[in-house]
Amino acid sequence: MNKIKDKLALWAPSVVFAEGEPLTATVPADRFHDTARNLKEDPDTRFDYLVCLTGMDWGETLGAVYHLRSTELGHEIVLRTETADRENPCLQSVSDVWETANLNEREVFDFFGIRFTGHPDMRRLFLRTDWEGYPLRKDYDASPEVNPVRLENDESPDTTTVWEERDGKAVASERVIFDDSEYVVNIGPQHPATHGVLRFRVSLEGEIIKKVDVNCGYIHRGIEKMCESLTYPQTLALTDRLDYLSAHQNRHALCMCIEKAMGIEVPERAQYIRTIMDELNRLSSHLLFWSTLCMDLGALTAFFYGFRDREKVLDMMEETTGGRLIQNYNVIGGVMADIHPNLVKRIKEFIVYLPKMLEEYDEVFTGNVIARSRMQGIGILPKDVAVSYGVTGPSGRASGWHCDVRKLKPYGVYDKVDFKEIVRTGGDTFDRYLVRVDEIRESLHILEQLVDNIPQGDYAVKTKPIIRVPEGCYFSSVEASRGEFGVYIESRGDKYPYRVKFRSPGLPLVAVVDRLASGGKIADLIAVGGSLDYVVPDIDR
Amino acid sequence: MEIKGVNIKSMKYDAFNDNEYIEQLRANGVNVVVGKLDQLINWGRSNSLWPLTFATSCCGIEFMAVGAARYDFARFGFEVTRASPRQADVIVVAGTIVHKMAPVLKRLYDQMAEPKYVIAMGGCAISGGPFKGSYHVLQGVDKIIPVDVYVPGCPPRPEALLYGMMQLQRKVKAEHYFGVVNRKEKKDTAKDE
Amino acid sequence: MLLNTYTDSIDFQAFTGWIHGVLSGALPAWGVTLVECVLIGLGLLLGYALIALALIYIERKVCAFFQCRLGPNRVGPYGTVQSVADMIKMLIKELISIDHIDRFLFNLAPFIVIISSVLAFGCLPFAKNFQVLDYNVGIFFLMAVSSIGIVGILLAGWSSNNKYSLIGAMRSGAQMISYELSIGLSIMTMVVLAGTMQISEIVERQADGWFLFTGHVPAVIAFLIYLVAGTAETNRGPFDLPEADSELTAGYHTEYSGMHFGFFYLAEYLNLFIVAGIATTLFLGGWMPLHVAGWDSFNAVMDYIPSIVWFLAKVGFVIFVIMWFKWTFPRLRIDQLLRLEWKYLLPLNLVNLMLMVIVVVFGLHF
Repeated sequence: MNKIKDKLALWAPSVVFAEGEPLTATVPADRFHDTARNLKEDPDTRFDYLVCLTGMDWGETLGAVYHLRSTELGHEIVLRTETADRENPCLQSVSDVWETANLNEREVFDFFGIRFTGHPDMRRLFLRTDWEGYPLRKDYDASPEVNPVRLENDESPDTTTVWEERDGKAVASERVIFDDSEYVVNIGPQHPATHGVLRFRVSLEGEIIKKVDVNCGYIHRGIEKMCESLTYPQTLALTDRLDYLSAHQNRHALCMCIEKAMGIEVPERAQYIRTIMDELNRLSSHLLFWSTLCMDLGALTAFFYGFRDREKVLDMMEETTGGRLIQNYNVIGGVMADIHPNLVKRIKEFIVYLPKMLEEYDEVFTGNVIARSRMQGIGILPKDVAVSYGVTGPSGRASGWHCDVRKLKPYGVYDKVDFKEIVRTGGDTFDRYLVRVDEIRESLHILEQLVDNIPQGDYAVKTKPIIRVPEGCYFSSVEASRGEFGVYIESRGDKYPYRVKFRSPGLPLVAVVDRLASGGKIADLIAVGGSLDYVVPDIDR
Repeated sequence: MEIKGVNIKSMKYDAFNDNEYIEQLRANGVNVVVGKLDQLINWGRSNSLWPLTFATSCCGIEFMAVGAARYDFARFGFEVTRASPRQADVIVVAGTIVHKMAPVLKRLYDQMAEPKYVIAMGGCAISGGPFKGSYHVLQGVDKIIPVDVYVPGCPPRPEALLYGMMQLQRKVKAEHYFGVVNRKEKKDTAKDE
Repeated sequence: MLLNTYTDSIDFQAFTGWIHGVLSGALPAWGVTLVECVLIGLGLLLGYALIALALIYIERKVCAFFQCRLGPNRVGPYGTVQSVADMIKMLIKELISIDHIDRFLFNLAPFIVIISSVLAFGCLPFAKNFQVLDYNVGIFFLMAVSSIGIVGILLAGWSSNNKYSLIGAMRSGAQMISYELSIGLSIMTMVVLAGTMQISEIVERQADGWFLFTGHVPAVIAFLIYLVAGTAETNRGPFDLPEADSELTAGYHTEYSGMHFGFFYLAEYLNLFIVAGIATTLFLGGWMPLHVAGWDSFNAVMDYIPSIVWFLAKVGFVIFVIMWFKWTFPRLRIDQLLRLEWKYLLPLNLVNLMLMVIVVVFGLHF
C-alpha cells in the first residue's frame, strides 16, 4: 500500500490521497496518462485491469473515476482526475493503456461532454449525433423541447474526430472509419442475430469481414440518470431491467453496495436465499445462451430444447418471487418474501432432471461435426487481450483468466460452498461455449450443497422506506451471468444517490467483437456474437 | 406460509368473447357476396398473422418463450416469424423504444406490407413503463405508430401475450376488405382550391 | 428373375383415353390438342399448389414434433387448413413497390423461379402412365429446367438493391452451381446403370428391383451423394445459407412481399418435392411396388397398392429424411460448404461414376 503511494508520489508529485479502503488517489489531469501507463507497467503495481470508468460531475468540476485492479497481485486502487473547465473539458485518454477505456471514454464524452485527448475515435456512443447537451451533467435541461422525438434518420458519419493536445490546447482532427471504396453492410439494429437492438457496421470484402464498427444506444434508457432522482429502494427496480437475464444478480449487487454503505448486516437465511436465486438465475441465463447460440448457428431444434428446460427454472423462481423473468426479489437488508415451501423440493427434482438433458444437448449440438467446425478456432481471444478489454465472466474464463468474483471476493455464501471455477485456455468460440455448459453443471453442484442447509431465521432485516446513505463512494460487484457486474455509488448523504454507475459486463463484450470477427466470415461474426452472449440493454443501460 | 382470501378463477370462455367494440364494428351490414368474401379473407388473415422478429429488451425474451415449446404460438398460425419486415403481418413491439430507436421502428413499420398490425407488449411499449421519467425513452409507441392491441405487464406473461394476439385475431375478423376499410380516401378537392 | 406383371389398380391411361375420346367426338383435332393442353396445364398447376400447401403443413407439423411442440392445431381439424389460410392471406397482401430497384427484373425473378420448378414438376412420373412430359432425353431436360431457377434467384438478389439480398444471391449462386455438379454426376451414374435417359424407361427397368438394391455399392454411394446435394440444391438446412435467417435476415428474398414472396416460398417447397421425386425415380423404383424375389404372396399384396400411392409414399419418405436433416443440423459456413463439394463430393462422384461403368460393363450388378 505504502509502496504504491510512494510510487504515485514519484510519478505525479501533486497527487492527493483520500482516506479509506481501497486506496483512492486524485491525480492531476496533466500527469494522468503517464501515471496510468506506469501503474500498469511497473512490476510493483501491475494494474492491468480497468474495472470501471465512471464519468463524474462534481458541480464545480467534471472528471472521471477509474477503478483499477491487478490480476496478478490482486490489489486495487481508485484514481480520480478532474478538470475545472466546464465549457471545453479535456482529459487525457488512457485507451492505449487499457483497451476497455475506448468505449468507456466515449460513454463519458457522450454523457458529460468530456473530450479525451489522444482517443482514436471521439464520437457519441449512445445518443444520436444531433443530441443537444450532455444528459448526465447536473445542469442538463431534460425538457422534451430541447430533444424531441426525432423521426428522421440518424445519419451515421463515416468519419470521426480525434482530439490531440498541442501546447496545452485540444485540437481536433478528422479520422476516416470507412472510406468510399469499402463495402459497408449494416447489421442491426433490427436483426435476428444481434440479440436485441445492437448495430454493427461491417466492412466486407466478399464474405470476409475487414472491420466492425459497433453502434450502441438503441436501447439506452438513461437508467443512471433516473437513479439520481429516485430514492435508494426505488432504484432497485431498474437494475432488474438492465441485464434481464441476470436480474436477480444485478439487484444483488446494488443491494450489497447500499448495505455496505449503511452497514446493514444481512441475515444468514437471506444470504442463502440470495445465493440460491443467483444460481437459478445463472442456470436460466446459460440455458438461454445455449438455445440462442444454437439458433444463431442454425440448429433450430436445439433452441426449443433449451427453452423447454429453462421454463422449469422459471417456474421455480416464479413460485417464490412472483416473477418469471424479472423478479424484484432482493430488497435492502434481505429478500422481499420467504421462499415458497415447494422450492426446496423442486430444486432437488431439477438437480436430478437437468444432467440427463445436458447429455441430450451434447448429443444434439456439442458433438455435432458441423457445430464443432463452426466454433473451433473461431474468434480466438488471448488472455492479455481479454484482461485489457475487461472481458470478464465465462468469456474471460474461456481465455484462461481467473476472473470469477465469486472466488476473488466471495459474497453471499459462496465462501461456504465448494465449487470449481471453470477455466479453459483456448479462448475460441468453442471454449466459450463449453465454459458455459460446464457452468450449468457447476451451478447445479452449488445448489445441491445449499438447498438442504438453508438456516432458519429472518429473511430480511427491517429497513426504513427512505434511507440516507452516509457520504462517500462505494463500489461492489457480483458475478452476473455474463461477467462482473459492478455498482458504483457516490452519496452526499441525501436520500437520493448523487451518482450511480453500473459497470456492465456487456460493454467490453461488444468492444471486443471487432477484434474477434475481423478476418473471419460473416457467419463467424454471428458465431462470435452468439458465444459472447451479450445482452443489449445491459450495454446501453 | 399460506396465502388466504385469494381466489383466482380462470376467465370464462364467454367473457373471452365478450367485446362490444368488435360487435359494433361487425354490425355494419354489407351484401351477401361481399360479406362472404370478406369472411373468407378475414379468416385467412386472422389465422396467419406472421410476426416480425423484433425485440428490444426484456419482453423480447418472453416473446421468444411464447414461441418456444411450452406456449407455442404456432398453434394459432403465428408460426412463421419473419426476419424481413416486408413479409411480416404483425409487429410485436416487445420492449422499450428509445429516442434513437424511434425512427428505426417507424421505418420498420413503414416497410411492412398492408395489412399490418401492431401489438404493444409490456409497459414500456405502452407508456414508457418504469422508464417514463427518462430523458431518452419514448412515452409509448402509439406516439409514432398506430397500435392495435395493448398487452400490459412488465413483462407480460406468455398467456397474456397469447390472449393479446387472439384479441388481434378477433379484431381482424371484424374488418371489411371490400367494404369500408380498404377504400381509398377521396381527396378533399375543396381544400385544394 | 421376376417378370413385370404389375397392373395398376388405378388405370390412368383409361382415364386419359376416355377424355381424349370424348373430346375427339366433339372437336376438330387442333381443338382437342388445345383443350387437352389447357386441361393438363390447369391440372399441373392445381397439383403444384396442392402439393406445396400440403408440404408446408407437413413441414410445420414435423418440425413441431421434433421440437416438442404441437404445431398448428386451431385452423381446421389438427390445423390441416393452416397453409390454406396462409395462402389466402398472401394472395391479398400488398405488393410493395420499392424505389431504386430494377423493376422489370425484380418482378420477373419470382416467375422464373416458379416456372422452372413447374417445368421440372411436369417431368415427374407420378404413377404408371401418369406423366406429363416424357422425352427420350427426359433426365437431361429435367436437369436443364431445374437449373433455370438459379437465374431467378440471382436476379432477385441483384435487382433488389439490398446488400443482404445480393450476398444471399451470390451465396446461392456459388452453392447451386457447385452442387449441380454433384447432382448431375450422381444422376449420370444412375443413367449408366439404367442405359436410358427417358424417365418412364428408367422406372420400367426397375420393375425387377430398385436401382438402389440392384446397383451394388456405386448406387448406394450415388444415392447418398444425391441426398446431400439435393438438400443443398433446395437451399434447405444445413445448407440454407442463401436465406440464413440469423445472418442475412431473409437472404435473396428480403425485399419481396405478398405473393412474390409467396412464389419463392412455394417454389422452395416444390423443389423439395422435385428433389425427392427424382431420388425416388432414380433410386427407389419410381412408382414400382416393392418386390422380393420368391415371395409371391407378398408381391401380390404389394401389387394391390396403387402406383401413385407407392410414388407418394417413397417421395414422402425422402422428404422426411431431408426435413430430418434440416431440424437436426446446424448451418454450414460458406467456405465449408464449398469445400465439402469441391474437395470431397466431386472427386468421390467421379470415382463412383467410373466404378459404376466397371460394374455395368462387367455385368456385376444384380
